[in-house]
Amino acid sequence: MSDPSGPKQRGLALELQRSGKAWLFITPVLVALAVVIGYPVFQAIWMSFQQDAGIDPATGMFVEGGSAGLSNYTHWLLQQCNSLGGTISCPTGTLGSQFWSAVWVTLFFTVVTVSLEALLGLGMAIVMGKTFRGRALLRAAVLIPWAIPTAVTARLWEFMFQADGVVNRVLGTDILWTSDVWASRFAVIMADVWKTTPFMALLILAGLQVIPNDVYEAAKVDGASAWQRFVHITLPLLKPALLVAILFRTMDALRMYDLPAIMTLGNPATNTLSILVVDQVRQGPNSAAALSTITFLLVFGIAFVLVKVLGANAVRTQEEQRKAA
Amino acid sequence: MTKDAPDQPAELAAQPVSWRKRFGTARLYLGVFIILVWGLGPFYWMTVVAFRDASHTFDSTPWPTHVTLENFRNAFDTSRGNDFGKALLNSLIIGSATTAIALVLGVLAAYALARMTFAGKYLISGLILSASMFPAVVLVTPLFQLFTDLGWIGQYQAMIIPNISFVLPMTVYILASFFAELPWELEEAARIDGASKLQAFRLIMLPLAAPAVFTTAILAFIAAVNEYLLARLLSGEQTKPVTVAIASFSGNDPLVQPYAAIMAAGVIVTVPLVIMVLLFQRRIISGLTAGGVKS
Repeated sequence: MSDPSGPKQRGLALELQRSGKAWLFITPVLVALAVVIGYPVFQAIWMSFQQDAGIDPATGMFVEGGSAGLSNYTHWLLQQCNSLGGTISCPTGTLGSQFWSAVWVTLFFTVVTVSLEALLGLGMAIVMGKTFRGRALLRAAVLIPWAIPTAVTARLWEFMFQADGVVNRVLGTDILWTSDVWASRFAVIMADVWKTTPFMALLILAGLQVIPNDVYEAAKVDGASAWQRFVHITLPLLKPALLVAILFRTMDALRMYDLPAIMTLGNPATNTLSILVVDQVRQGPNSAAALSTITFLLVFGIAFVLVKVLGANAVRTQEEQRKAA
Repeated sequence: MTKDAPDQPAELAAQPVSWRKRFGTARLYLGVFIILVWGLGPFYWMTVVAFRDASHTFDSTPWPTHVTLENFRNAFDTSRGNDFGKALLNSLIIGSATTAIALVLGVLAAYALARMTFAGKYLISGLILSASMFPAVVLVTPLFQLFTDLGWIGQYQAMIIPNISFVLPMTVYILASFFAELPWELEEAARIDGASKLQAFRLIMLPLAAPAVFTTAILAFIAAVNEYLLARLLSGEQTKPVTVAIASFSGNDPLVQPYAAIMAAGVIVTVPLVIMVLLFQRRIISGLTAGGVKS
């Protein structure tokens, strides 16, 4: 096999010329991303330091614009709301008072859904990896929850979780799944796990299929039990694929919006950070921008920790993999 | 992965072993059954309710009873403010336009990332991958303001442009992993015959990559149609996509959710996607895992 990167002795001039060609291919994407992501991000950061139109607590006059310093951030982090007498702690029921609960709900949803999805996904992947008739059909069937738009999934589960819906009928209960604090959180988690476990299962399955069969054969010859083979071969060799899948799903879960926003409409018990931002946009765009910036920093921080500490190396490229192989 | 390897060597296959094997098979089919119920159960229930007379929406008979097409008619009944036909068309327009733009831009970048060496390559692929994990909620406030100022709220571009932000990175990394798997020899041969990099790309690689591009188009389209957060704020009455329409579905009585019609609408949206999944199952899985595990 020839070296995929081509003969290396073509000289620096050619190398530079080649680089130029590559940039010709790459630039359109970079420009597009700069417009659709770069611009809004910097605009949001700039907005987060501007004042929302409203009553100035110092003068009692209606003001528009001007620098807000850090007040949009303290509004959320310290729950300070403007009032005529200055800043007070935000009254219960206002969006400002919901910040820490939204942080907590977001993290809670993320930890619970990703753990459940990893466990159930692993189980599904093990079954789907076996050889049996109709395996292709099974793989197609698990893709269906993934393919249904989340808004439809939300309405479907909202319907099933109605007071006289099918879930209560089957369980023989009459739980208020969409309004009760913990029941509604459970309902959202259930719907999310239903929708995204297949995706997790397929990523894990892809990881399972890379493990060479002769490793298992050798372990069997050495007398390792099925459980020992699972713990000492499958899990360690699956780790990279599993961590990438967990990283992807964590990023997804941290920005969860559709399911709780539609399923448990207006129930603060399931308000995630994304819901809080969208609700705030019309009330005060600049403080919404501060909240979205906080959300972004939180998500970025968690991604950083996952990549660095757990070593979920998601940005490994094809070429590196080929070299490693 | 173990490919139905027997638990014991063949010569030991006496009575107790065969019991163990049968237990294993039973366990496997139990697993298959659970997964099938898991994947299809709720979707089945949506279909049953969609075909059931609205007055029996909360019946728990597990098969269709009181079958009617009334719910489907209601879903399209514009007099109730549910112009679902229009919403379907809007989703088709937004999804196709987003997919087309993402593919045109993405194919080039993916080719460069998979097939060319240049400085800053890893930085760029890392940048594009992290862009795909970016929370959309960060974009919503500035875009809402900008599009309000531009008078774009309620126009198609107000949803197509932001959709690029998550469809494009996904397109690039899925295509890049496909491109990397194509044979290098053909391209090298074309280069030796005097084709430029651009010609080699256009005449050799692009035709070879056509199935991969098609797969990526399906995944990009599904992702674009799925979008709700941005569409909720940036769409108008005339440009509402199906996700927003279905979330805000209304009936005659504002206090009673018309679940039968909502489930019918859900079936209408889901069926084309389910057909796509059944037809292209292999390709979709290779696309998903290419993006997820390899890139």
